[in-house]
Amino acid sequence: MKLRAWLLRFKGLFSKEERERELAAELESHLQMHIDDNIRAGMSPQEARRVAVMKLGGVDQTKEAYRDRAGIPFLESGVQDLRFTLRQLRKNPAFTVTATAMVALGLGASVAIFAFVDAALIKPLPYQNPSRLLYVTETAPDIPRGVLSYPDYLDWKKFNQVFESLEVYNERGYVISTPAGTEMIDGARVSAGFFRTLGVNPLLGRDFQAGEDLVEAPRTLILSYDSWQKRFGGKQEIIGQPISIDETPFTIIGVLPQHFHFAPVENAEFWTPVIPAGGCLIRRSCHSLHGVARLKDGVSEQAALADVTRIAKDLEAQYPDSNRNQGATVAPLSEIIVGDVKPILLLLLSGAALLLLIACINVASLLLVRSETRRRELAVRRALGATRARLIRQFVIEGLVIVVIGSVVGLVSSHWAMQILSGLIPTDMMASMPYLNDLGLNSRVLIFAIALAGFAAALFSLTPAFRLSSLEVRDGMAEGGRGSAGKVWTRIGSKLVVLELTTAMVLLAGAGLLGKSFYRLLQVDAGFETKHLITMRVRPPLPAYGEDEQAVALGRKVVAEIKSLPGVTSVALADTLPLTFNGNTDWIRFVGHAYNGEHNEVLQRGITSDYFATLQAKLLRGRTFTDAEDLTKPRVVVVNQTLAKKFFPGEDPVGQRFADTDLNPKSIKEIIGIVDDIREGPLDAEIWPAYYYAFNQSPDVGYSVVVRTSQAGESLVPTVADAIRRIDSRINISGQTTMTARVNNAQTVYLRRSSTWLVGGFAVVALLLGVVGLYGVIAYSVSQRTREIGVRIALGAQRGTVYRLIIREAGVLALAGIVLGTGCAILAASLMRKLLFGTPPWDLTTLVCVAAVLGASALLASFLPARRAASVDPISALRAE
Amino acid sequence: MSNKTEIWQGTLALMILKTLDTLGPLHGYGIARRIEQISEDRLSPNYGTLYPSLLKLEQEGWIAAEWGVSENNRKAKFYKLTRSGRKQLESETKEWNQTTAIVARFFEPVED
Repeated sequence: MKLRAWLLRFKGLFSKEERERELAAELESHLQMHIDDNIRAGMSPQEARRVAVMKLGGVDQTKEAYRDRAGIPFLESGVQDLRFTLRQLRKNPAFTVTATAMVALGLGASVAIFAFVDAALIKPLPYQNPSRLLYVTETAPDIPRGVLSYPDYLDWKKFNQVFESLEVYNERGYVISTPAGTEMIDGARVSAGFFRTLGVNPLLGRDFQAGEDLVEAPRTLILSYDSWQKRFGGKQEIIGQPISIDETPFTIIGVLPQHFHFAPVENAEFWTPVIPAGGCLIRRSCHSLHGVARLKDGVSEQAALADVTRIAKDLEAQYPDSNRNQGATVAPLSEIIVGDVKPILLLLLSGAALLLLIACINVASLLLVRSETRRRELAVRRALGATRARLIRQFVIEGLVIVVIGSVVGLVSSHWAMQILSGLIPTDMMASMPYLNDLGLNSRVLIFAIALAGFAAALFSLTPAFRLSSLEVRDGMAEGGRGSAGKVWTRIGSKLVVLELTTAMVLLAGAGLLGKSFYRLLQVDAGFETKHLITMRVRPPLPAYGEDEQAVALGRKVVAEIKSLPGVTSVALADTLPLTFNGNTDWIRFVGHAYNGEHNEVLQRGITSDYFATLQAKLLRGRTFTDAEDLTKPRVVVVNQTLAKKFFPGEDPVGQRFADTDLNPKSIKEIIGIVDDIREGPLDAEIWPAYYYAFNQSPDVGYSVVVRTSQAGESLVPTVADAIRRIDSRINISGQTTMTARVNNAQTVYLRRSSTWLVGGFAVVALLLGVVGLYGVIAYSVSQRTREIGVRIALGAQRGTVYRLIIREAGVLALAGIVLGTGCAILAASLMRKLLFGTPPWDLTTLVCVAAVLGASALLASFLPARRAASVDPISALRAE
Repeated sequence: MSNKTEIWQGTLALMILKTLDTLGPLHGYGIARRIEQISEDRLSPNYGTLYPSLLKLEQEGWIAAEWGVSENNRKAKFYKLTRSGRKQLESETKEWNQTTAIVARFFEPVED
C-alpha cells in the first residue's frame, strides 16, 4: 500500500497540470454547494460566498497542502534547483567548462592509471587462488634468485612438508618444419603437475598426467590457444594428432584456454613436459629450472622458506661438490610477474591522485569565488524565506552536476587514455605483461571512479555550504558588507593555493628526479658504441649443422657473406648479446690459486674474433683471439676488467689459466687479454665478472649476429637477413632490430622513460593548475582592494610600491608552497628511492631548478593582477564606491 | 503543533472512512458537513484540510473518486469506500475501540 502511494506521488510529479485543474474544479463545486446551502439558509449571495470561502480556509492554502500531498515536495523543489543550476551553468560557460574540464582531467587520469594498477596489481594472475602460489628457487652467493637443478628439484619435491605441490618450468625453443621452411617456435617445458598447480584446465583435450614427464613416457604436447588458432586453424580434431618437433615425434594432447597466460614464458606456443633425458637435467650442478609451488593450507611464506632452506642445507651436506653454498628462496608468484612494474604503477597512481587533488581544490576555490559573487542572491533568497537547508541543497546540486558531467567526460577520456597508453607499450614489453590484456573499465575500476566522484562531490558541495553557514543575511544585503567577507575568502583561498602549490612542487620534483635518473641511466657507459649496430638471432637447422665443425664453417660463411654487403664495416657472432641479462654463467677455478670450493661464478660469452672490434669495445691489455684459433688450437679467453680486478688483484691476469672446478684438463683456458667492461646485463644492473671464449672453439647451435654499419642501419636489416638466408634457406632468423632500438625498448629504460613522461605530464598540468589558482586568489584580492589601492595612489604611493605590494602577497603564498613542497617532495622521493638511479631523493640541482620554475611561474601569475593594481585610476576607483 | 495535526489527520481519515461507510458515495462538501453534524459543531475545521486527506486515502487505495452530479444538480467529485478501504476501516475501528477502552480505564475512579 505504501509503495503504491509513493508510486502515485511519483507519477504525480509529471501530471501536475491536469491534477491542478481537477482540484480547482473540485474546490469550485465544493464552494458552489456551500453557497447554495448558505443561500437556502437565508444569506445574501455575497454573504453566502464570503462565508463559504472563509470556511474552506483559503483556496490557495488548500491547493498548496494538496500539492504537497500529490507530489513529492522535496523532489519537486529538487527538480527546480536542478533546473536553476543548469540555467546558472549555461549562463557561465567559462566557469562550467573550466570546472568540468578540471574534474574530467583529474578523474580521467586517476581512473586510467588505476585501471593499469587493477590489471597489474590487484588481479594479475588468472589462476585459482593465486595468493597461495609461490615462486621457489635456489640461491647462490651473488645470485639472490637463481634457478633449480633437476635433481635438486626432485629432492625438494620429495622432502618438503609445506607445499601441496611443487612444479618447475623453463623456457625452451623448438624447431618445426613448415612448408615455408623450418621455423623456430617459443615453447616451455613444465613438470607434469604444472597446470594443476596453477589450477588451469585445458580448454580442449587433457592435461599432462603424472608420469608423462619421465624418460620412458611417449612425448606429449599441449598447445597455447593462439598457436592452436594460428597453426592448426582452431580445429577440434587436432587432439591426438602427431607432430614432429626437433625431429622427434610428439602427440598433441590438449589446448590451453584462451585467457590463460604465464608471463615468465608468455610467448610459449608449445608446452611439453620436462624430461630428464640427459644433458643439463641429469646433472645436479646444472641449474635451469624455475619452481612454482602451491602452499598447503595454513602454511605461511616464512614457514615455506624455512622448510626449503632446511632441505637445501641437507643437500649441501649430502652433495658438497655440487651444492656448496646453495640456499633457497621463495617469493609470491605475483611478485615475480609484476614486481618490476609495481613501484612504477604505484608512483603513477600517486601522481594521478595528486593531480586529482589539485584539480578538485581548484574547482572548489572556483565554487567559493562564485559563492562570494552570489552572496546577495543568497541573502535575498534567505530573506524571502528559503531555509538554510534549501540553500545548501542548491550548492550540493551544483556540485553534483559539475561532478557528474566531469566524471562522465573523465570516464570516456580515461577509456581513450588506457587505449593510447597500452598502445604505446612495445609489443615485446606487452608480451611480458600479459595481465594488461585485461585492461579496461571493469567493475572495480568503476567503483574506484564512483568513489573519486563521491569525494569530489562532497568537497564541492561542502565547501560553499560551509561558507554559507558563516554568511549572515544582513551582511549579504548590506552594500558595504563586502569587505569582511572578501577577507574571509582570501584567507581560505590562500590556504587552498598553498596546498595546490605544495602538491605541484611535489609532482614537479618527482618528475625532475625521475627525469634525472633516466638521463643518468642513458649516460651509463655500455662499454661499447650502441649506434649503427644491427642485431639478429640466427638458428641453423640442427641436423645439418649439429657437428661443431659444421657450425664453425657456417659461422664463418655467415660472417663473410654479411661483411661483403655494402655499408657493412664489421661483423661478429655472439651467443648472447650485451645488455640482455646477467646470466649464462660458468663456475670456475683458477690454476695456481688456492681453492676451497668457493663459488667463482662468472658470465661466459662465446664470440667470434671481430666481436670487440665490431662493438668498438676497448681492449685494455693483451690480444683478442684470431679466426684461426679453433677446435684444433689450445683454448684461449679474454676476460673483462671486473674479472681481472676481482680475481687477480695486483697480478697480471694475462697468461693465467682457469678451468672448471675439477681442473679437468679439457676445460683449461688461458687468458690472453683484458677487455674494458661491456654491460652484459641491463644498464642499471651491476657489472659481473665475465670471460669471452672463441666461438670457433666451442660453437653454439644458435647465436646472434652483430653488424656494424657505416650509416644508421635500419634499412640494412632486411638485406642482412637475406644474405644469411642465401647461405641456407632453412636457417631461422628472428629478433631483427638495431641495438639502439634494443636499448630504447629494454624494460628498465622503457619503464623509466614512460614513467618520467607521465609524471612529467602530471607535473606540468599540476603546475598550470596551481599557478592558475594563485592567479585567481591574487586577482580576487586585487579586485577587493581596488578602493584601498586607489586611496594609496591618491595619497602618493608610487606604482612600484603597488607592484611590490601585490607581488609580495603572491610571493608569500608561493614561498610557503615551495618550502612545504620541498619537504614533502623529499619525503615522497625517499619512498620512491627504488626508482631513482644515480640520484638521491634530496638532489639539490633538481630541487633548486624545480623551485625556480615554480617561483618564476608564480611571479608571472601575480604580475598580471599586480599590473592591473598599479594601473588603477584613483579617481574612478574612489568614484565607483 | 505538528503532533496535533498528525493526530487530527489520523482521526480525520478514520472519520472520512466511517462517513463513507455509513452514507455511501459522497462528495467532499458532504463529508465535511457530515463530520460537523455528527460532532455537533464541536469539530469545525476548515473544509480545505479535508482535501489532502482525501487524496491520501485515494493514493492508499482505500477510497475511489468519480465525478457525478449532486442532489442539487451540481457537478461534484464523489468518493466511495473500496473493498480494501472497508477492511482498513474495520481494523482501524477495532484498534480505536481498544485504544479508547484502555485509555478510558485510566480515567475510571480508583477504588481503594
